[in-house]
Amino acid sequence: MTMLLQTIDLKTRFHIPEGTVYAVNGVSFHISEGETLAVVGESGCGKSVTMMSILRLLPAPPAEIVSGQALWGNRDLLRLSENEMEQIRGREIAMVFQDPMTSLNPVLTIGRQLTESLRVHLGMGPAEAAQRAVELLEQVGIPDAAHRLGDYPHQYSGGMRQRVMIAMALCCHPSLLIADEPTTALDVTIQAQIVELIKKLRDQLHMAIIWISHDLGVVAGLANRVMVMYAGFVVEEALVDDLYEDPRHPYTLALLAALPRVDRRRDRRLKSIPGAPPNLLVEPRGCPFAPRCEFAMERCRFEIPPLQPVQGTHAVACWVDVTTGGPR
Amino acid sequence: MGRYIIKRLLQGIPLLFFISIILFVLMMNMGDPVATMGGRRVTRASDYERLRRQLGLDKPIYTQYLYWLIGNDWTKTDVDGDGVAETPGTRRGVLRGDFGVSLVSRKPVLQVIGERLPNTLILMLASEFVIIVGSLLVGVYSALRQYSALDHIITALSFIGYSMPIFFIALLSMYIFGVLFKRWGLPYLPTVGMFDPQAGKTTAQVLWHMVLPVLSISIISFAAYSRYIRSTMLEVLGQDYIRTARAKGLPRREVVYVHALKNASLPIVTVVGLDLPLLLGGAVVTERIFAWPGMGRLFLDHVSRSDLPVVMGILMMIATAVVVFQILTDIVYAWLDPRIRYEK
Ligand SMILES: Nc1ncnc2c1ncn2[C@@H]1O[C@H](COP(=O)(O)OP(=O)(O)OP(=O)(O)O)[C@@H](O)[C@H]1O
Ligand SMILES: [Mg+2]
Repeated sequence: MTMLLQTIDLKTRFHIPEGTVYAVNGVSFHISEGETLAVVGESGCGKSVTMMSILRLLPAPPAEIVSGQALWGNRDLLRLSENEMEQIRGREIAMVFQDPMTSLNPVLTIGRQLTESLRVHLGMGPAEAAQRAVELLEQVGIPDAAHRLGDYPHQYSGGMRQRVMIAMALCCHPSLLIADEPTTALDVTIQAQIVELIKKLRDQLHMAIIWISHDLGVVAGLANRVMVMYAGFVVEEALVDDLYEDPRHPYTLALLAALPRVDRRRDRRLKSIPGAPPNLLVEPRGCPFAPRCEFAMERCRFEIPPLQPVQGTHAVACWVDVTTGGPR
Repeated sequence: MGRYIIKRLLQGIPLLFFISIILFVLMMNMGDPVATMGGRRVTRASDYERLRRQLGLDKPIYTQYLYWLIGNDWTKTDVDGDGVAETPGTRRGVLRGDFGVSLVSRKPVLQVIGERLPNTLILMLASEFVIIVGSLLVGVYSALRQYSALDHIITALSFIGYSMPIFFIALLSMYIFGVLFKRWGLPYLPTVGMFDPQAGKTTAQVLWHMVLPVLSISIISFAAYSRYIRSTMLEVLGQDYIRTARAKGLPRREVVYVHALKNASLPIVTVVGLDLPLLLGGAVVTERIFAWPGMGRLFLDHVSRSDLPVVMGILMMIATAVVVFQILTDIVYAWLDPRIRYEK
């Protein structure tokens, strides 16, 4: 499989009046053609900021990409001009955002918002673009699509808006789709529909997907590989089955323990992770999870563990071997 | 939408009645028009009484209001004071388009206003144009380049502009562009009137004479508007849908001028809609300093002589404009914002 996107040592900070937010602290990962990579981690761990840094969608100031590379083919996205980025966004890499209620422009019609990329990237005329927009809406399951192009976002339900967002993202057949928790704002049945829809479209269009979620349950049925993030670090990365069967990072263990499972005895209570996520306003030194970690050793507080392979493609950033409880 | 507009217009009518009553009562108490009539003092007690009867000032206030509103040509008044009402009234009332006659100049109020209104309108429309175009350019620019050196300079200048009293701006600009420029042998700007009497009232003359008044009227609003547009734009540019538009790969100008500006224009339209009708009143201070024959000066001159018909005429014109512009603003707003359009 050919490599599509490779991110190396990405660091992003926000300079705000209270100080510096260390949001992304040296994230490296890669994704191949047609692959689905899930990114999981609790709220605020830097999943969205990582992806938006790669697409250069963060407002600067306050955001600053301090270092890193994002290799797309032979080009580094972090060093392209704004014009060159415009060519890539929406055409080669598309993104669907967390909240469909606020992600569509309230004063422009759905049709207009849907046809913009077609016009800009594929040079379609108005009639052709409208025709294509109807097809796209039908493809994502909007009934009576032809009559609903002139509608405004407030006339669509949340689930329909997210379908529109997906149609918009897919209209130029991107090779990579970044889906940033596309289902969190929706109710459970709609969530399942959207997941199914994306699976179907992935198979039709053969595109790679980065699926961001804080729900390990959804991820299991969708992804090939999983990357676990904590406080702006990648703490573990593995094939889906490896991660669920053989988690190697204490944080992943805790996440999995917090997950309700049908095969688990009823009386066993869900475990929540004690302690709070670290304050991102302090420059990290040492493992970010150490204060909440039951395995923590002296070393964990002063040295940041690098992400190291443990077995095949399975990598973990931890000084402790959780299978033995002793140092690695 | 059509029904909505008609409903709003009908709602405006009782409102205007209400405003007119309040203004009438307030203006009745502002002074004695007879005491200063025509600038001459009316000294003889009998003349004084006769004039009051002629003007209907001897009547109770509700009768005066009624005459002002519907006229008095359907009744007779007692002018000579013999207790017999024998002189038929001549006023037709505001409702029939008769605002009365100026107590100062003896000309019909509508004619008095009509002579001044165009002068004010050219001045005020030019100023509003400068304010809106200028503040849009500056506001959008400083929002896009937030915290750049130029943005900081613009911020500082806006605060200075905003905090200067208008008479000071007027006098300062007069001094610099009129007095100093003349002294330095540069082409200098005229500081008084609408045109040079020797050159006559040509377009070029009027435009040339407008420069300084427009400048001093514009500066304060320009500073306020550009601040407001900057903050509105900044707020809109931080919205999720702007990020979506950028993620689609739209060119920057399309993101800014279509996606952002259309949303930002909503609050801006509201503010402009509130300000526009007040332009009819003219710029009292500026018109006085630059001796511009407009509504502001007209109002000052007549209010100081308690010329009730003219003052009421001007105030009612402004009140009507406020009501009408509110409705227009709502229409434009609904046209821009589909969420509102579909509710109605
Ligand atoms: N514009 C900003 N200014 C300052 N800090 C920011 C900004 N955007 C994000 N952050 C901070 O960066 C950190 C990472 O945020 P991010 O949105 O990537 O989290 P996330 O993992 O996507 O969480 P969620 O699951 O809630 O979406 C958070 O602590 C957040 O407070
Ligand atoms: Mg997020």
